[in-house]
Amino acid sequence: MTDRKKILDLYFLDARARLIDIAAFMDRVDRADGGDDFRYTAFCAALKALESEKQDRARKVLLVFSDPTEEPIPAATTKAACGAWPGVENA
Amino acid sequence: MRYIEPHGHMVSRTTDDYQAMAIAGCQAVSEPAFWAGFDRSSAQGFYDYFCQLTQHEPRRAAMFGLPHYTWLCINPKESEDIKLAEEVLSIIPEFMDCPNVLGIGEIGLNKNSRNEMLVLEKHIDLAASNDQLILVHTPHLEDKRKGTRLILDVLKSDSRISPERCIIDHVEEHTVGMVLDEGFWAGMTLYPETKCTSNRAIDILELYGNEQIWMNSACDWGISVPLAVPRAAQEMKRRGCGSRHIDKVIYQNPIEFMNQSPRFNTPEGL
Repeated sequence: MTDRKKILDLYFLDARARLIDIAAFMDRVDRADGGDDFRYTAFCAALKALESEKQDRARKVLLVFSDPTEEPIPAATTKAACGAWPGVENA
Repeated sequence: MRYIEPHGHMVSRTTDDYQAMAIAGCQAVSEPAFWAGFDRSSAQGFYDYFCQLTQHEPRRAAMFGLPHYTWLCINPKESEDIKLAEEVLSIIPEFMDCPNVLGIGEIGLNKNSRNEMLVLEKHIDLAASNDQLILVHTPHLEDKRKGTRLILDVLKSDSRISPERCIIDHVEEHTVGMVLDEGFWAGMTLYPETKCTSNRAIDILELYGNEQIWMNSACDWGISVPLAVPRAAQEMKRRGCGSRHIDKVIYQNPIEFMNQSPRFNTPEGL
């Protein structure tokens, strides 16, 4: 088991910087014009996964962004992934 | 430090990268066939690519004392066109006996479409019919969980396939458990933005152990770091991992998997 103080010594400043970057990103989105976007909706839902007290927050965040369906889609209309599942109608 | 780069798209990299990898301790490179960033218009384009992978890249790697191995397939990004995929599949056997070919890969899914599934099944049949190892690409981002599940189910449904002869690459926290639990090897790809960072890969090793798992850079034409594996090893050291543990993950494990192919030559000194 790794010592908690050592983990904080190694990674606290890096995580702090990333957290402030996320806060600034959300401020930037709020300042910008435009309507809802499924990617940002998923992003905000993923933030709630951070409140979990179980040690599987990374897995939960990834699942929030994931396609929850099980069957193959009829055809691929694009090669790219965008990072969040757009829903059945837009997939 | 010694390591194997088990997944690097060296056709996209400069000769300087080979040199830097060799200096960093790389002992061998393994290069799966992949999407070139644009669609090839005919099977002839793949024929030339397979010649590059089996003839030209080994010579380029040998300039720095690096053995070069490869894997053949049509990538799932080009699998929507069934006719083209079948033409490409028909020329793969011509290259399968080349001395640096370890198996079929990187096959898998991209958007999890029906045609991609069909072409995946054809690749699995080709590998099983020719007793080849399999290297699997799992989809990106929001498509990964579902695609990984579909791929594992297809592999498990073919009784000729042994999970320990398949590596399922690009695992993350939400897919690594299902891959290892079902007896497959897992690959963690170290990318700056997508897939796994070094720190997350080391977390996964802490949680799931160091058996049947490797790390790779998957360096290609996109944002990627050819020295990602030795950098991750350095981070493991910083976190307190011992040198034997690091050596197992970045050197011995890739050798253990690839040694299942009679064409892989174990580097001296293992």
